Amino acid sequence: MPKTKKVKSTITENGETREVEIEVPDVEVSWGKREDRKNVGSRMTRVDGADKVTGRAKYTYDIDLPGMLWGRILRSPHAKARITAIDLEPAKRMPGVKAAMTLKEAGATVRFAGDEVAAIAAVSPEVAEDAVRAIRVTYEPLPFVVKEDAARAPDAPRVLGNDRPNVEPGRARSEGDVNKAFAEAAAVVEAEYRAQARLHACLETHGHVVARQEDGGIKVWASTQAVHGTADEFAAIAGIPKDKVEVVCQHMGGGFGAKFGPGAEGRAAYELAKLAGAPVKLMLQRREESEAAGNAPSAIMKVKIAGAKDGTITGIEASGYGTGGIGGAGVPFPYIYKTGSQKVTQETVRTNIGPSNSMRAPGHPQASFLMESAVDELAYKLGLDPLELRMKNDPSALRQAEYKIGAERIGWKQHWNPTPGKGQGAKVRGVGVASATWGGGGGGGTQVDVKISRDGGVWVGVGTQDLGTGVRTFIAAIVADEFGLPREAVRPEVGSSKLGNSGGSGGSTTTPSVAPGVKMAAIQAKFDFLQALAKATNEPPDKVELLPGGVVTNGTKQLSWKEACKRLPVAGVSSRGTWVPELQQSGVGGVQFAHAEVDMETGRVRVLKIVCVQDCGIPMNKLTLESQMNGGMIQGLGFALTEDRIVDAQTGRLVNWNLDEYKLPGPWEMPVFEPIVYEYPEAKGVSGVAEPVVIPTASAIANAVYNACGARVRSLPLIPKHVLEAMGRVPGRESA
Amino acid sequence: MKPFEYVRVKDARQAAQALGTERDQAKILAGGTDLLGEMKDYLVTPARLVNIKTIPNLDKIEHDDKKGLKLGALVTLSRLAEDKNVRERYTALAQAIDLSAMPQIRNAATIGGNLCQRPRCWYYRDEHTICLKKGGSKCYAVEGENQYHAILGGGPCYIVHPSDPAPALVALGARVVITDGTKTREVPLEQFFILPAQNVRRENILAQNEIITHVLVPAPAPGTRSVYLKEREKDSYDWALASAAVVVTPNAGSVGAARVVLGGVAPVPWRVAEAEKALVGQPLNPATLARAAEAALAGATPLEKNGYKVPLAQAVVRRALSLTMA
Ligand SMILES: Cc1cc2nc3c(=O)[nH]c(=O)nc-3n(C[C@H](O)[C@H](O)[C@H](O)COP(=O)(O)OP(=O)(O)OC[C@H]3O[C@@H](n4cnc5c(N)ncnc54)[C@H](O)[C@@H]3O)c2cc1C
Repeated sequence: MPKTKKVKSTITENGETREVEIEVPDVEVSWGKREDRKNVGSRMTRVDGADKVTGRAKYTYDIDLPGMLWGRILRSPHAKARITAIDLEPAKRMPGVKAAMTLKEAGATVRFAGDEVAAIAAVSPEVAEDAVRAIRVTYEPLPFVVKEDAARAPDAPRVLGNDRPNVEPGRARSEGDVNKAFAEAAAVVEAEYRAQARLHACLETHGHVVARQEDGGIKVWASTQAVHGTADEFAAIAGIPKDKVEVVCQHMGGGFGAKFGPGAEGRAAYELAKLAGAPVKLMLQRREESEAAGNAPSAIMKVKIAGAKDGTITGIEASGYGTGGIGGAGVPFPYIYKTGSQKVTQETVRTNIGPSNSMRAPGHPQASFLMESAVDELAYKLGLDPLELRMKNDPSALRQAEYKIGAERIGWKQHWNPTPGKGQGAKVRGVGVASATWGGGGGGGTQVDVKISRDGGVWVGVGTQDLGTGVRTFIAAIVADEFGLPREAVRPEVGSSKLGNSGGSGGSTTTPSVAPGVKMAAIQAKFDFLQALAKATNEPPDKVELLPGGVVTNGTKQLSWKEACKRLPVAGVSSRGTWVPELQQSGVGGVQFAHAEVDMETGRVRVLKIVCVQDCGIPMNKLTLESQMNGGMIQGLGFALTEDRIVDAQTGRLVNWNLDEYKLPGPWEMPVFEPIVYEYPEAKGVSGVAEPVVIPTASAIANAVYNACGARVRSLPLIPKHVLEAMGRVPGRESA
Repeated sequence: MKPFEYVRVKDARQAAQALGTERDQAKILAGGTDLLGEMKDYLVTPARLVNIKTIPNLDKIEHDDKKGLKLGALVTLSRLAEDKNVRERYTALAQAIDLSAMPQIRNAATIGGNLCQRPRCWYYRDEHTICLKKGGSKCYAVEGENQYHAILGGGPCYIVHPSDPAPALVALGARVVITDGTKTREVPLEQFFILPAQNVRRENILAQNEIITHVLVPAPAPGTRSVYLKEREKDSYDWALASAAVVVTPNAGSVGAARVVLGGVAPVPWRVAEAEKALVGQPLNPATLARAAEAALAGATPLEKNGYKVPLAQAVVRRALSLTMA
């Protein structure tokens, strides 16, 4: 039984925070040695895997309540228009329609095709669909602009209103004398790079089921990355205290940064439920999802980069812009490498397209493509190995180690093509490399509860959510290790705002926010358990101990876990733990290498292999970690090869909203993935890596394409059109 | 969705009656893989669906060594591609199907429906964009996002024909049997398809009350090799950027007869007589392949964003031809 110490802490009750002094176990707070951890850090299959593959897992889409209505939203077909009249009556008169409401009033302006106009709740999805189509809206179409290049023109139609310019300055940086760097450089590369806008393409669209409760509260099933944040917002919308709101998300079909709150569709679902006096389910249709529920901004940048003979980057000058529709854009730039001097300006360009939303490492994959392409070009111009040039300019010790591992695994020496574009036959191969940087630390405030009951059950609950990363599994593992119990003995519960506070799952913060809290709760629970047992059995506390395998020594007697628990008081043992910074850490690197093949005649790119070397501090579950790395590479592959959100300039409409034409990579596009977890002895805490693993994939592939075919494709995606144009094979399009 | 009547018919005569004469008021329903998508996207709003899958005997694959293949219009793409005889002797057709859609769709899709499927042009497929094909006044592809549109035979509308089996069947010299229940006609498949210049609202010659009952494919001459090759942006199902169906009958070390038909580049399966001429009488060597490929695309007039299809289609033609020697 550990000693105790008294520490100051804060507790929050009924919205009030006060200081208290608490007694806590006086133990060293650390993850301990790997060999002492049975579960944590091993390869564990998901505890909810069987639920998912059997369909037992309930997603928001699966929720079906008695008397539930179906909500639908009417959206503007115009990229910009003034609403001159809205008539809900034809919809209201339809049998089965239980509520109809406007989301914008006559006189208001819609600013993108897909902007919300009105909403309906009806007895079936079919009636709801017919009803929204029966609503009569008259629009006065207004001039609009959807292309970022056109929107920058001084006479372009104003996207956000006459008093707001389309172009706003973004992140700028200036340091040192770039002109001097260019004047003295051994080589200078100057080019424009274009990273396209993308869709999140979550397989489960945004949506909610909102049910008002008898006590005046509401229960909401949400496809969300933040049950607590969403509960806060619903409480504000409903004008009720948060403790009367429960937001539930047991499983979700993808968020990628686009699902942090109720949004217009959640608000509409609430209002409709209130109007109709019945639960309402409102899930977006695919078109709405693509038009209105978020996108990743484009990034276009003119980059001029200078290097010395030995490969030292001496200066970078860049001016860029991008559009996130009516939302923001911008990238971190320069990226990764020391550049000596720098001068960077950026602009956010507004267009009449649905607002951007954060998407898995917001701005980083784009920044990576712009930067890594320029750096790569510089290496070739200097006649240097692009990997060596990177290692020369990369300040991160982690990545220095990772480059070496990755180069070995991809076979950099064997596969690096010394004469790009000059291979035998139509198909040529090459390798490329690129890097990532991310925080990966956690945030305070996570509160975790552990309950041990007299039947021997161990329950652990925390109000986080599982985006698919496998949160439940590592939660169970941490507690099981602390008690020396098998993982199956611990029942983890997440996905409800009724559980202890935890932040939204963004910025790769979930694991480093949740795991430390769970560890602390486990330490506390073990302490409380032993104390309760000592008391119940009238033994001196220092005689009671927990041995591996869940055996309790109670003075001289040994008890099995179950026997020991039977002796607990009726209420069992309830403990709470709070996040501490010592168990997490920030500042991850990561590098990726790609081996790719280019068909010189068709411009078709096929990726053969991707190696991802990623540090994450102390890994919690190697299997789901690798799964996360594979997922990052797959999403990066889509960015590289096929995905491109295309909006037509004449109609202002998204032409490829459908997953038929918004081309996600499929099984045949998958190369060999090699996820390598880079572990190092100095690591003390856990970091999240959902985001860094998506950042360099596309850049590594684009660089491999150059190494293969000798043509620098400066526009993503690497479709035959762009590759053939870059090769100068398209008449009239001998592109730069 | 507009309520519609659903009728099952037992023969072509009943079908014709149910279809009536008013354009698009009634629609033929076969596998439904295209039609239902069109209805859900509000591109067509028929008052009646005429299910022809209840017509007996239209789901047969019949072989005759001399006469060739007789395919019922209701034969599914999967069954067709699995047929041993089709794979061996009508290779281009089997290959075209292998490269069409994905297994789930191929299990439901019929060959008749495949030939009559509507274009995939994203302007046409958008309810709110009233383009020429839907009675509007302009083709949005001309100045718009035309990366996937026609480089041959376009104007005033620039769709590409979406079918993969169609170019293969045209190259194999297929004919279609069309009937309104009383009059039956047999038309070369090549003449079944029509260009937008002829009628911008339709892609084929079918009258409102006609159905395709059969597709006839003549037995290839001895020694004939056929190949279908398709280039696309991804392999896990995608539409053709450019494809080629080639049928070559050798004669004493050179090409005796040849058919070259392009897919994904024109509003109809695009047969190029110039390419065929460049082949006949020549040995199939790299120079001949290059000349044929040049000739195949000689007439191309790309729009702003689809110029890449020219070198791409040339490569496809060259490769398809060289595969006939493999
Ligand atoms: C996601 C997806 C991907 C696809 N990819 C490809 C591809 O790569 N290559 C390709 O070739 N196709 C592709 N297709 C198209 C698919 O092959 C067609 O939808 C299918 O062949 C149509 O056959 P069906 O029996 O389902 O026709 P239906 O949908 O029932 O009918 C299609 C049209 O033909 C008419 N019709 C049907 N039968 C007859 C008949 N006997 N006589 C006259 N008219 C008739 C109908 O009225 C309707 O207008 C794809 C489709 C989808 C949905």
